[in-house]
Amino acid sequence: MFKILFDRDTWQEIFGSIQKNRLRTIVTIVGVLWGIFIYITLSGAAKGLDNGFDRQFQNVAINSMFLWAQSTSMPYGGVKTGRNLQLKMEDAQYMYNRIPELQYIAPRNARGIFGSAAPRVVRNSKSGDYSIYGDYPIFTKIATKFIYDGGRFINQADIDQERKVCVIGERTQSELFEDDENPIGGYIRISGVFFQVIGVHKYVPGGGFESDSDIFIPFTTFRKLYNTGDEVSWFALAAFDDADILAVEEDVKTAMRSKYNVHPDDERAFGSFNLGEIFNRVIGFSKGMNLLSMIVGVATILAGIIGIGNILLISVRERTKELGIRRALGATPKEVRSQIILESVFLSLTAGVMGIVLGSFVLAIINALTADSSTFPYTNPTVPLSYIAAALILMITLGTLIGLIPAQRAVSIKPIDALREE
Amino acid sequence: MIHLIDIHKSYNLNTNPLHVLKGINLSVDEGELVAIMGASGSGKSTMLNILGMLDEADSGTYTLDNTPIVKLNETKAAQYRNKFLGFVFQSFNLISYKTALENVSLPLYYQGLPRKERQKKAKEQLTKVHLGERTHHVPSELSGGEKQRVAIARALVTNPMVLLADEPTGALDTKTSYELMALLQEINDQGKTIVVITHESDIANMCKRIVYLRDGVIVEDKKIKQKKAKDYVE
Repeated sequence: MFKILFDRDTWQEIFGSIQKNRLRTIVTIVGVLWGIFIYITLSGAAKGLDNGFDRQFQNVAINSMFLWAQSTSMPYGGVKTGRNLQLKMEDAQYMYNRIPELQYIAPRNARGIFGSAAPRVVRNSKSGDYSIYGDYPIFTKIATKFIYDGGRFINQADIDQERKVCVIGERTQSELFEDDENPIGGYIRISGVFFQVIGVHKYVPGGGFESDSDIFIPFTTFRKLYNTGDEVSWFALAAFDDADILAVEEDVKTAMRSKYNVHPDDERAFGSFNLGEIFNRVIGFSKGMNLLSMIVGVATILAGIIGIGNILLISVRERTKELGIRRALGATPKEVRSQIILESVFLSLTAGVMGIVLGSFVLAIINALTADSSTFPYTNPTVPLSYIAAALILMITLGTLIGLIPAQRAVSIKPIDALREE
Repeated sequence: MIHLIDIHKSYNLNTNPLHVLKGINLSVDEGELVAIMGASGSGKSTMLNILGMLDEADSGTYTLDNTPIVKLNETKAAQYRNKFLGFVFQSFNLISYKTALENVSLPLYYQGLPRKERQKKAKEQLTKVHLGERTHHVPSELSGGEKQRVAIARALVTNPMVLLADEPTGALDTKTSYELMALLQEINDQGKTIVVITHESDIANMCKRIVYLRDGVIVEDKKIKQKKAKDYVE
């Protein structure tokens, strides 16, 4: 078999018979080419979407959630319904003690979101209203903050000494500072108090309510500035990687209900937002896309290859006489069979390679078009080599199998019948 | 060389068995040029098919150069055809998209000969049939006589023991027919055994022996004085 494969004459025979009917060969090839093209483009697009979602989530810990307090919806322990609840600093330690799966807990306070008025921020003659967050450095373990070179995020010393320092957003910088000005070390006035800028954070889109104009200050400074005492607006929590975040979410809420004397079944007393769950949904979606693209691609390839088999059947019928001559001249059934099968495989493979090239080309174009878009979840659409290898193997296999049908037909006609003068 | 002993062959057409060959006994020696004559339906084509291992007899024995030809599967038959026999057909049966040279070298391809050797042999053979100049033409660019000469070159290129020609002049005009017969005689004079099927008596008379077939039996088998085709060509 291998001797046949690497024999120049075998290929000359194949080219000879393929070239005999160029138009038909081209149309046949287009069928398979289309199949593999669809397969490559779809799975590349699915991968691009996958990468895009990954990018959207890259700045947050996947296993994280937010917890905030609302008001009770059930009477409990002699207290009527509708009691407002307020999270406190001590809850963090309480949760650490009760739920060992928790890795990080970051209490946060904020002004300027969820209905509260945004504080006025002033620098010289420029001013604006921006959301202000009181944060601990540990928050960056849960949601990464990219700080531009030369700056830093809030650190423990800022917290301990209640420093009046702030990290501003890109938009804040462009609105309060001149273009050629280095904001680091500069001062801005937040709610009438001067803060020194220690960093500029890069805004990374990724859902949530944050924006490119947010200002972060130390939690302890925030507490003093707005007189919030032990109050916490919400907690950002991250569980260990191997923890089931859904179970942790339930545990956290159960713990908080018992601490705040809330009815154990009161679902509305504490609100939460689970990133892990959202992430899983997105992952599930892109997995589904992958599967879909694979099924559609394979089905299209299959249709194309059946087309090749069909065309070869017709071609065998047309070439009955020629095959009869060949056998009269000494071609064994095996040689006739392998020639037809090789034709089939060759057509499939040629079409396949062309489809792969074309598909990659289209993916490259899509990539170029979406490269600048940071909000559209689509990055680096690629097809893993293993997929391409699988597609090629699939085509060789199917090409061989489908080639068997016309090959068997070619052999089943006796040379004497093939040569009979009509 | 060829020994046919009591060959019977019948075809089942619509459950009505058609007895085509009813006991053929024939011996052909090396170097003979035999014409097989008969009306259509006399069984001459069936006989040639059996000689050519394209068909198998129902009973009787067929020996070719002391090799019993019996119970051949397709692969074995293909190999024997390639090794022992050369075919020339009425309608030439050249492969239309191959050049004369490629057509002639095809049987050598199935013998597994290297490419260079095939081309060399094919070229020599084409020169022998006086077509040395037209090796790179495809059949549609050749005249009928030229096509048949390519077919003869193809039949001879493997140096077979027997050349089987089925109405080789059937599609040619008289002048071209005689030219072709002159070529066959030339090949025969070099010692090749040739069996020609024909229904034209002038062609048959250019052979050395005529076998008459009627209704599946040999009715006459005579050696004749060969008429040289060359004398008619000029």
